[in-house]
Amino acid sequence: MSTLAAGAAEPQEVVALGGSSQLRGVARRFWRKRVARLGVVYIALVIALAVGAPLVAWATGHPPNDLGHQYDMTTDLGLPKGPNWDLRFYAGADQFGRDILVRTLYGARISLLIGIASTLVALVVGCAIGVVAGFLRGPVDTVLSRGVDVVLSFPILLLALAIRAVFGASLWIIILVVAFATWPYIARIVRGQALIIREQEYVQAARALGASDWRIMREHVLPNLVGPLIVYGTLIIPVNILLEAALAFLGLGLPPPTATWGQMLADGQSYYATAVWMIAVPGLALLSVTIAFNLVGDALRDALDPRTGQATL
Amino acid sequence: MIGIVLRRLAWLALLIVLITAITYTLFFVVPGDPAVQAVPKGASPQTIADVRHRMGLDQPLWKQYLYFLHGPDLIGNGNPSGILNWPPNLGYSFKNQEPVLQTILDRLPVSLSLALGGVVLWLAIGFGVGIVSALRPGSARDHAAMVFALVGVSMPQFLLGILLIYFLYFRLGIFPAPGYVPFTESPSSWAWHLVLPWCTLAFTYAAAYSRILRSNMLEVANENWVVLARAKGVRRRDVIRRHVVRPALPPVVTMLGMDIGVLVSGAVVVEVVFGLNGVGKLAVDALTNQDLPVIAGCVLLAAISVAVANLAVDLTYRVLDPRVE
Repeated sequence: MSTLAAGAAEPQEVVALGGSSQLRGVARRFWRKRVARLGVVYIALVIALAVGAPLVAWATGHPPNDLGHQYDMTTDLGLPKGPNWDLRFYAGADQFGRDILVRTLYGARISLLIGIASTLVALVVGCAIGVVAGFLRGPVDTVLSRGVDVVLSFPILLLALAIRAVFGASLWIIILVVAFATWPYIARIVRGQALIIREQEYVQAARALGASDWRIMREHVLPNLVGPLIVYGTLIIPVNILLEAALAFLGLGLPPPTATWGQMLADGQSYYATAVWMIAVPGLALLSVTIAFNLVGDALRDALDPRTGQATL
Repeated sequence: MIGIVLRRLAWLALLIVLITAITYTLFFVVPGDPAVQAVPKGASPQTIADVRHRMGLDQPLWKQYLYFLHGPDLIGNGNPSGILNWPPNLGYSFKNQEPVLQTILDRLPVSLSLALGGVVLWLAIGFGVGIVSALRPGSARDHAAMVFALVGVSMPQFLLGILLIYFLYFRLGIFPAPGYVPFTESPSSWAWHLVLPWCTLAFTYAAAYSRILRSNMLEVANENWVVLARAKGVRRRDVIRRHVVRPALPPVVTMLGMDIGVLVSGAVVVEVVFGLNGVGKLAVDALTNQDLPVIAGCVLLAAISVAVANLAVDLTYRVLDPRVE
């Protein structure tokens, strides 16, 4: 048995997560990287801040949508005022005298929630369709792949607007819209992997033993996709966070007064000449979070596939 | 070759029918009466009914969609509106009654200018950074390139656009205020006004390209044909150009095709940030105004350009990799 396991440790094409010792190896290689640790710690910190946003709002005395400082934190011309430590506006105010710091922390809740939830939805849908298309092939594959093509050439903005107009712009609606935009990419990747896995010997062996398609997909194809799915999932999170921010920036995200980073930056663009903090604070938050997720995703990929980075030219 | 083109064109026709049908269906579940929005306030019910008839809104949904494909002369100007009529007609805007085709054609140069310069710039940067970093993996140069790529893929386009406007226009005054100057008016001014939008587009895209090129090159680097070429004593730069970069190209071409296809119908975010009146901005405005004919026209353009770009990718594949059947 042990020799068999050793021979199977390095699959030809698919990077599989097999057995707990291999998982430990991946975790060790991942954790050895300083940037990976940095990314994980930073994301944990942002999650903590997002969860603790009400505490910060309570400490400063300004809830995110509080208009109580509309007049003392804006000038006579209605322009936002900068940081004011006496009033506990540590990062300045926006055009309605709302606390930028508190709003940015509340914005983190929206970004993380939508980014992660929509990725999970996209993974489930993309994985199901990709596995079925790649494993069954034939007419099923043709129909599903063409469906993916249609979705990919369909403008996401239009969908966002239409769905928004009918169902209102709730959190779950935005999550579904964002997931709709990214599942086809996952489906394509998964289909490619499934095409490879179905030709592997263990699948042929299972088939020879009389296992049904459904059983092979569940017990042989899916487990071998866990590794790639973790990597792509981590890398899709920042894409989805950016997409949500872009929708909000274009006014197609959650409606005001909800604090979202995209909406805050859209407001900031109108006041960039006088209130640069309105851009700097949410902008830095958004950029740093997407960088952190990309760092973790890249490190995970390298850890799962030890072959990368060994070649020389 | 011709068979492929014909099959793709048939698929394109089907795709257009599907996507515009979805657009119509989606639109008609959106509340609001375009006829009421198109007439002045206080118009009589008779006028509204008239307008509704001329817009075809008094017909059932499926019939309105058929009119979009091949329409009767509802307006009465001798120019029936339908994409299959000759000359093709995309109907008239609910908002300002302008012909949609003309509006899109008017806006297209802006989007094409943006896309063209952006693509050239990002390919130059993407290839430069990707190749330089792949030549010495693990070197300081490689690390710098990968930091560039990391920031690039993580950067929201609108944030970069705002930052460029803030620093290079507002603070330092190097570049002019955002806006568009037609090429025919002044080529130099056209380019000068587009530098910041091009950079915004190029930076975010170049990052992805340099990453994929680097990893493809490193994947190819250990292949037998590379070892053989080096053993034969082929010069290093020739090995890299002919045996490493070239086989690394197909995935890059696929990406490029999809990106260009999407960009022709407007880099929405960049156009909005820089106030460029391209097709992307037209689409966003039409969406907020619920201007169905314009939305349908933009969707149509998007679908066609993506499909044509995909076809171009397939044909390029055959040139790049003779093994493809």
